[in-house]
Amino acid sequence: MKRIYVNEAWCLGCHLCEYYCAFANSGEDDMVKALKGVTIHPRIQIESQGNISFAVSCRHCPEPLCVKGCITGALTQKDGVITIDENKCVGCYTCILSCPYGAVMPGEGTAVQKCELCTRNAQGSPACVAGCPNQAIVWEER
Amino acid sequence: MPVNYLMPEYEVYRNPARCIACRACERQCANEVHHYDADLKAMVADDAKCVNCHRCVSLCPTRALKIVKSDHTFRENANWTGEAITEIYKQAATGGVLLSAMGNPKAFPIYWDKLLINASQVTNPPIDPLREPMETRTFLGKKSDTIRRDAQGNILCQGEPQLELKVPIMFSAMSYGSISYNAHASLARAAQALGTYYNTGEGGLHQDFYQYGANTIVQVASGRFGVFSDYLNAGAAIEIKMGQGAKPGIGGHLPGAKIVGDISRTRMIPEGSDAISPAPHHDIYSIEDLRQLVFSLKEATHYQKPVFVKIAAVHNVAAIASGIARSGADVICIDGFRGGTGAAPTRIRDNVGIPIELALASVDTRLREEGIRDQVGLVVGGSIRNAADVVKAIALGADAVYIATSALIALGCHLCRSCQSGKCNWGIATQRPELVKRLNPDVGSQRLVNLVTAWKHEIEEIMGGMGINSIEALRGNRMMLRGIGLTDRELSILGIRHAGE
Repeated sequence: MKRIYVNEAWCLGCHLCEYYCAFANSGEDDMVKALKGVTIHPRIQIESQGNISFAVSCRHCPEPLCVKGCITGALTQKDGVITIDENKCVGCYTCILSCPYGAVMPGEGTAVQKCELCTRNAQGSPACVAGCPNQAIVWEER
Repeated sequence: MPVNYLMPEYEVYRNPARCIACRACERQCANEVHHYDADLKAMVADDAKCVNCHRCVSLCPTRALKIVKSDHTFRENANWTGEAITEIYKQAATGGVLLSAMGNPKAFPIYWDKLLINASQVTNPPIDPLREPMETRTFLGKKSDTIRRDAQGNILCQGEPQLELKVPIMFSAMSYGSISYNAHASLARAAQALGTYYNTGEGGLHQDFYQYGANTIVQVASGRFGVFSDYLNAGAAIEIKMGQGAKPGIGGHLPGAKIVGDISRTRMIPEGSDAISPAPHHDIYSIEDLRQLVFSLKEATHYQKPVFVKIAAVHNVAAIASGIARSGADVICIDGFRGGTGAAPTRIRDNVGIPIELALASVDTRLREEGIRDQVGLVVGGSIRNAADVVKAIALGADAVYIATSALIALGCHLCRSCQSGKCNWGIATQRPELVKRLNPDVGSQRLVNLVTAWKHEIEEIMGGMGINSIEALRGNRMMLRGIGLTDRELSILGIRHAGE
């Protein structure tokens, strides 16, 4: 399965992946309209200290702790991609506590949010990968 | 409050309707032009720090930015231009030599743009390079003028050492130190993929790049930094640098602040010591002295590698080239006055040297008149901007060309000409780790390969149009060129006819 991998050697810490993520999941077709004056809640986030930085998003673990811990069956794994059904999520945050990468986070409503590899938005393939200026985020089979 | 004589050259224009305050511009600008004002909830810019490198413009996700030339002006004066006045202010404040980077930007004639290329019509057919073989391979080195045989009468094939180029384009000398590790890695990998060569410049060869030795030209310059037996034997050829187009007649100076870590080790000088390349080689004051170095280097590499001698295009270039050809060098490289640099005194860069087109034509003519053109290869550089320039250079008599500015532009350089600041936002002319990492060699080498591959296609198309199917048949074929808007004197130096003749 193609997964998102990050290479901290090439990460510039520009945070553009976060903005491309937020735009891709906004449902808008214009970035300015989607993000102007908005505090973004991206599903990929840059961790940094000093000159070292890298992007963290869902690893789509083969044996996902978040899916195991989900009390309502809102998180499911299909073809390797872990997605969330917002209608089933009750916001108990068990998944947030159980994810070792901190890749699941509270969403704007009750439901949690996480990277779904842009499979459920108009982008079709990960927007963070397409938008990374230095190929520090790649989407590939390994 | 001191008097401020220097006004910003550029203004950062931010379209407030498009800016989403993502702060990418702020994070990407090593000159600290942009910052986010939390009170205003908006991005603001300090125009005075902007060098116009377009890093912020290129990364802005909403295209909210553009850089415009300031229309702040002095009173109109055709003699005392704003630039002339500003330079005086700078020198009055510092007492120093003005420094600049990259090639001569002044409005001198560009002869490439006054040369027109021929094409076949009716009497000889053009060739379609997509359907018929087209040879862009060429060899650099001495060409034998006699056939040698052994005692049994068999032809001896072992000639002088040659470099095989799959395309007549090489990457010219840029030292590790003047450009970054990742820029070097990009050049080395691209040279290997393209079947051509890159050049170490005077900074020595980083241990990591010995693996690209078969595609490396190692340089020996007046400072002799990083030169030892392994280095000489690592490369495919050795280049003696006598001069550089951007600053003929003067040496180089890499400040001690940049001599850190790997650069110190590669150059073989202590950390923090200034790397000063003298203006002359202190052991070369004549062609005979040059000959000694040429043969010292040949001896050190067992006569297996061609030795290049690189000079700047200066007034007496034809006679100098004739001397170099007789010194035993295998290839002469000539660097025109538009050639780039990481730092040069502005007055030297803008006023010393001559155009490469005229130097090339006069050298090729002179060597042919003296019957020694076959004894040397001829490589030219100093602002080869596109495939047509390559074709014109070869038709004027070059065997191959060197490109460096074009290569850096492919890597992202925007010719902001601020290399000397060491704060290159594109990760090219800098040693700051957080900036160097901005140039991913996976991306950089691919862009270089793309550029040269594109030029190769264009060279094939142009040659095909002329009905020529190999670089060898184009070389020195000045009948394929015509001048436009040139004087008789210029035409005679270039050895071409005027358009219409």
